[in-house]
Amino acid sequence: MAGMIEGRSLTKRFGTILAVDDISISVAKGEVLGFLGPNGAGKSTTMKMITGFLPPTAGTAVVCGHDVARDSIAAKRCIGYLPEGAPLYGEMVVRAFLQFVAAVRGITGAARGRAIDRAIALLHLERVLEQPIDTLSKGFKRRVGLAQAILHDPQVLVLDEPTDGLDPNQKHEVRTLIRQMAAEKAIIISTHILEEVDAVCSRAVIIAQGRIIADGSPAALLARSRFHNAVSLTVGSGDRVAILGRLRALPGVAEVEERARADGAAGFVLFPTAGRSLIAEVGALARAEGWPVDELHVDPGRLDDVFRTVTTAQPPPAAGTRH
Amino acid sequence: MRMLAIFRRELTGYFITPVAYVFIIIFLLLAGIFTFYLGNLYERGQADLTPFFLFHPWLYLFLIPAITMRLWAEERRSGTIELLMTMPIAMIDAVLGKFLAAWAFTGIALALTVPVWITANVLGEPDNGVVLAGYIGSLVMAGAYLAVGACVSSVTRNQVIAFVVSIAILFLFVASGSSIVLNFFQAFAPRAVVDVVSTFSFLTHYTAIAKGVLDLRDIVYFGSVMALALFANAVIVELKKAG
Repeated sequence: MAGMIEGRSLTKRFGTILAVDDISISVAKGEVLGFLGPNGAGKSTTMKMITGFLPPTAGTAVVCGHDVARDSIAAKRCIGYLPEGAPLYGEMVVRAFLQFVAAVRGITGAARGRAIDRAIALLHLERVLEQPIDTLSKGFKRRVGLAQAILHDPQVLVLDEPTDGLDPNQKHEVRTLIRQMAAEKAIIISTHILEEVDAVCSRAVIIAQGRIIADGSPAALLARSRFHNAVSLTVGSGDRVAILGRLRALPGVAEVEERARADGAAGFVLFPTAGRSLIAEVGALARAEGWPVDELHVDPGRLDDVFRTVTTAQPPPAAGTRH
Repeated sequence: MRMLAIFRRELTGYFITPVAYVFIIIFLLLAGIFTFYLGNLYERGQADLTPFFLFHPWLYLFLIPAITMRLWAEERRSGTIELLMTMPIAMIDAVLGKFLAAWAFTGIALALTVPVWITANVLGEPDNGVVLAGYIGSLVMAGAYLAVGACVSSVTRNQVIAFVVSIAILFLFVASGSSIVLNFFQAFAPRAVVDVVSTFSFLTHYTAIAKGVLDLRDIVYFGSVMALALFANAVIVELKKAG
C-alpha cells in the first residue's frame, strides 16, 4: 500500500540556499515518523511542503492520494497541522478559536460541538476555554495548537515539535495521545528530543543539511550506535588496573574504556567485536574474581550518540553547488 | 461558508481589541469637526450634508489604513498565516473574507454618523435621496481604500510600514484629482493627460456621487479598483509565502 504521506524528491531552494535537497519519505497508516535533525536541517521546511504551505522548488508531495500542489484543498482537508512554534490568534479566547477552526474546516451543526468537545477533552483545555490565548502559558498554547490540529480527526497529522515547551507530565500526556491516535493515522512529528523517538515513533529519519542521512526504526538506529551491545560494568572497589587488564584479555572484547566515577567506584565500558555478546563472559569473570559488582548491563545504544555521529561526521553534501 | 468563518473572525477581531472603539470614536470626532467647524454646516444656512461627505476622502486617507494595516501584516508577523493557509480554503475565501470584514466594520462606523443626518433633518429639509447617495458613494469609495490597504498589508509583516505605505499610495489616488495636482499638469500637459490623471482619482468619481449623482461609471471605477487591488493582494500572499 502506498503511504498516506508521500514526499517524492522534495526540494526547496530559498534564493541561493538549498534548504531541502531531494528528500523522499513515505509514511503509511499506523506509522509515526520521527523527524530528527539539527536546527536548520530542513525539518520544518519539509513539513511546510507536505502541508501545502510552501510550494516545493522541485518534487511533489501527495497526501491521502491528493497532490498537495494540484489538489491542495482536498489534501489540506485530510491533514492536521501544528506549525512550528504553534502560532495562534492570540486575541481570541480558546473556545472561539476552536469554533473558528471548525467553521473554516467546514464542520457544521452538531458535529462541530462534538468535535470541539472531543478536542477539549483530549488536550485537557476545560479550564482555559474562556481565556484569551495570549494570556495562556506556553504549555497551554501548545495544547491549543494540538487541539486545532486534531479537531477534524484527520487521517494525517503533521506536528512540528509538538512537545516543545511542555513540562515532563504534559510531554508524557501528549506522547500518550499521539500513541493512542497512531493506529488510525499516519503521523509525522519533528523533535529535538531523542527520547521522544523511542517513546512514540515507529520510524525515525535523521536529516542534516537538507538531506536524509539515516532512516530506520529506532532500534535499527540504536544499532548504529557505538554503544550498541556495549557492556557497562561498575565495580565498587578493587585494583582498577588489574581489573582493566583482565577485562581486556576477555575474548571478543575490542576495546575497554574506563569511566571515572564521582563516588570512587570504577566504571568500565566494554565494546565487543562485531556481533559478539559479552555480558555472560563479563558476569562469569566478575564472579570468578570476586569483584564487588555494583552494576552490570548491556547498553541498547544511545540515540544522541548516533545523532551526533551522523549529523556531524557527514561531509557537507555537494558543497560546491551550494550558494 | 468558509469565507463567512473568516469574515466573522476578522470582524469580531476588531471588537475584542480596543481598535474598533478607538477607531469609531476618532472617526466620529473628526467627521463632526470637519462637518460642523471646517465645513461650516451651520453658517452655510443650507440643510444638506455636502460638507460632511466632501471631507470623507481625506478622513479615509488616514483612517482606512488603520483598519487594514493588520489584516495580513499581523498574520505574517505572528505566523498564523501558516495556520490559515494550511486550512482547506481557497485563497479567494481568505482575501474576500478579510476584505469584507474590514468593509463591514467601516460600514458600521459610517452608520454611526447617522446623528449628523438627523441634525440636518431637524434643522431643515435636506434631500434625503442625495444623502443616501452620499452614504452609498462614501461606502463604495471606502471599499476601494480598503482593498488598496489590504493589498499593501499583504506585502509586509510590519503594521507601521503597512500603515504609512497605504497612506502614501492612497494619497496618490486622492490627490491626483485635487486642483493642486491638476493645475500642475495643466501648466504643461495636453488636456487629454489632465483628464486621464483626473480619471484615476478617487476624488473625481466620488464628488459626483456625493452630490447625489449615482453614475454607474463611478461605481464601476471603484469596483475595478477593488477587484484589481484584491487580485494583487491574493497574488502577493501566494508569492510571499513561497519565500
